[in-house]
Amino acid sequence: MAIKKKNESLPLSFDILEALAKYQEIELSDVDISFEELEINLTPGGVIGVPRPRAQPILKTKPLSLIEAKVDLPIKEYSGKIVEVKLGATRTEGGTRNKSIVIGGESVPAYYNFQQMPPHKPVIAFDVFDWPKVSLAKAVKEHFRDVVHDPAEWAKLCVEKYNAEMINLHFLTIDPLIEDTSPRTAVKVVENVLQAVDVPIAIGGCGDPKKDLAVFTAIAEATKGERLLINSVTLDMDIEKSAKMIKDNDHVAIAFTSMDVNKARELNRKLYDYLPKNQIVMDTTTAALGYGLDYAFTVMERCRLAGLKGDPELNHPMSSGSTNAWAAREAWMKMSDQWTPRELRGPLWETITAQTLLLTGVDYFMMMHPAAANAIRTIINHLMSGKNASTGDTVEWVSLKV
Amino acid sequence: MPAKELSPIEIYKYLPKTNCKECGETNCMAFAAKLVNREATLQECLPLLDPKQTETFTRLWVLLKPPVKAVEIGLENNKRKIGGEYVQYRHEFTYFSPTAIAIDVSDEMSDEEVEIRAKFVNELNYQYIGMNLTLDMVAIRSTSKDPAKFEAITKKVAQLTNKPLILCALEPAVMEQGLAAVEGKRPLIYAATKNNWKEMADLALMYKCPLVASSPQDLNTLKSLAKTLKEYGVDDIVLDPGTLWDAGTSTTVNNFTILRDLAINEEDEDLGYPLLGVPMVAWAAKEEDHLVKEWNEAMLASVLVTRYTDIMIIHSVSGWSLLPLIFLRQNLYTDPRKPVAVEAGVRAFGDVTDMSPVFLTTNFALTYYTVASDIESAKLSCHVLVVDSEGMSVESAVAGRKLTADTIAEAVKSFKLGDIVKHRHLVIPGRAARLSGEIQEATGWSVSVGPMDSSGIPKYLEEKWKPTVE
Repeated sequence: MAIKKKNESLPLSFDILEALAKYQEIELSDVDISFEELEINLTPGGVIGVPRPRAQPILKTKPLSLIEAKVDLPIKEYSGKIVEVKLGATRTEGGTRNKSIVIGGESVPAYYNFQQMPPHKPVIAFDVFDWPKVSLAKAVKEHFRDVVHDPAEWAKLCVEKYNAEMINLHFLTIDPLIEDTSPRTAVKVVENVLQAVDVPIAIGGCGDPKKDLAVFTAIAEATKGERLLINSVTLDMDIEKSAKMIKDNDHVAIAFTSMDVNKARELNRKLYDYLPKNQIVMDTTTAALGYGLDYAFTVMERCRLAGLKGDPELNHPMSSGSTNAWAAREAWMKMSDQWTPRELRGPLWETITAQTLLLTGVDYFMMMHPAAANAIRTIINHLMSGKNASTGDTVEWVSLKV
Repeated sequence: MPAKELSPIEIYKYLPKTNCKECGETNCMAFAAKLVNREATLQECLPLLDPKQTETFTRLWVLLKPPVKAVEIGLENNKRKIGGEYVQYRHEFTYFSPTAIAIDVSDEMSDEEVEIRAKFVNELNYQYIGMNLTLDMVAIRSTSKDPAKFEAITKKVAQLTNKPLILCALEPAVMEQGLAAVEGKRPLIYAATKNNWKEMADLALMYKCPLVASSPQDLNTLKSLAKTLKEYGVDDIVLDPGTLWDAGTSTTVNNFTILRDLAINEEDEDLGYPLLGVPMVAWAAKEEDHLVKEWNEAMLASVLVTRYTDIMIIHSVSGWSLLPLIFLRQNLYTDPRKPVAVEAGVRAFGDVTDMSPVFLTTNFALTYYTVASDIESAKLSCHVLVVDSEGMSVESAVAGRKLTADTIAEAVKSFKLGDIVKHRHLVIPGRAARLSGEIQEATGWSVSVGPMDSSGIPKYLEEKWKPTVE
């Protein structure tokens, strides 16, 4: 508890009660009075009287020069550390990728650079779908129109033109309610994509727990040692089979839960029975800006802080499907002139969604619009520039002529 | 004591414990809980106002006061409160005063430009789940450093808008002319620096205005300024630790984080003031394209909203770049203690009959209010079946199997939808399309797939809805 002022000489203003009535803030003035000198009048109607000091206010001496002060940086001890997870494998590591990528390893909250720089840059991966009919916003589709029929071409475009660091290959056609494509067909598509690009890749399912497991298993076995990111393992899947399949074939799991810190813990705990911690990335769901981003933000912030404070079930790198930003109608909808052009509004929507979660500590982003991906790469570079507190050239903005 | 650690018991022990109910609560413990949640104020406890209770009152006040001081800018009816925050992370409690956004004008802008900007601040409004997202203030800069020009522009802006003002000039003589032009309107003064602090402090005291202490990229001097201004008699202080873009973003994120952390967790009273950020520094970049600057400014402003900024100055007047910003501000300043879900059931909109269409949605608050506001604004008459999806949106609920044919069939049954309408026709959200066959089977109702987004409901009704009794 911190009652720092001495009670016998609390400085009180005339309108203490009125001020408190508004927002529990006392306006301090140059008056020093003691309690014996206070008198509060309660009028019969219950109207609050004001305290009147009998003594004359004692004027403080005003300082003539700046009073020295020092800011001590709030350096804290964190007992936990986020585990490091390696994505992709090179030939010497047992895969075929040009390089592997390590994420995680943080030991302080996101971008508390005054205490410690993050050990690894967050990764931006581009979404690729195996179904040309996938519904994409117009602003997104125009960048991929020529390649939507071929996941390998699509992946190649993302890597070569937009510098994708990874590819998220999403299998929608495997959905029994869409085309019910066979696991064998999916394996073929993965092989084509692995041929087309040399970056690490992630494999996404359709949301059907049984079918996803079947497809993931076929792919995992066919690509043993590649350290694919399997997106995802959920609580309603057969966790033992899923985890063993990932461990036996040396891949990495995304443990996906829906905006619930306890569920995230529960899933991780179940996975630990079969899978080493450094093969688990967690995804607690990304909701779009304006459509639940606050929940997504807070769950991620809580998970990361808990992990750093020593919670052994939450100290995993975090993944965000920032493409979900496009579920917000304001990202794609035609709106009145005041809000145009939507060609910029949409990618900015995706950018702000991702950036907000970046600041909670997200390590792996699934993104869609090239401008948004580029913007997030830029802000990551800014934040990782090594600039510490209290450095940098001041901008004279007051007199700036714009 | 940090608000997150304050328990009702801590407060209760200082209350009268008479359960007099004068405050409107059934007992003192309930009132203590309200105080801790900042849903009630101390002076609602009448017995505490007894002069003999002053010491107790003060003790409670110290326990309950926010570690980040609340500062008011502007006049009675048009004032805006900033700060008054209790926690660093929103999940620890909640944030209270959304970041105030001020739009920039300068004394060398054309009359037309100034009018456009004032109008923009006055009129920008986006309706979002029953709320109005708007802008807050105008910041007036002296780029000419000519006192007469500053006086003229300040007068002009005050005529064009009732919104609170920030006056920006580092020369006390210029500032004085501006303050004189809007005397009594309580603008925020920008700024006291290590060079001009005494003159600026005198102006703040003379005109009774809040004052920004500015020390870009130098936190020691910033704290020194705040401490000195306070001693000098200025109570309403705002801190400006400097804002940088590009590689400087790292510095800025650090400085804002350090200041808020120390104010709240270390209870450093010299730093317990609202923070001012200036996203418009993005306009100092060399790029020619103003769209790039608007984009960068929106990103920087969003970083600042996420990292504790209480008030900010923006140059852009483009809806596309400000819309995500005002959404983000609304989202992060939403009380996380409030429930995520609305009650499941059947809701009637407009003049419904037993032949009105039935739309289905989930009980995630945002989903429900979005659907409801689309139906209301189009003045449609229909029923909405709200299914309990454990507070998840349609897309997540389908993926997470909280919205299934079974949960829907259960809802149709338990809410007696068959008694409410004569037809047997259900319109499901486009994002639940894959469930349509299963729902038909489980409910026995005919199922149509509605639009992907509820903004398409009016058009859908016009083109597709054909009620029939089977």
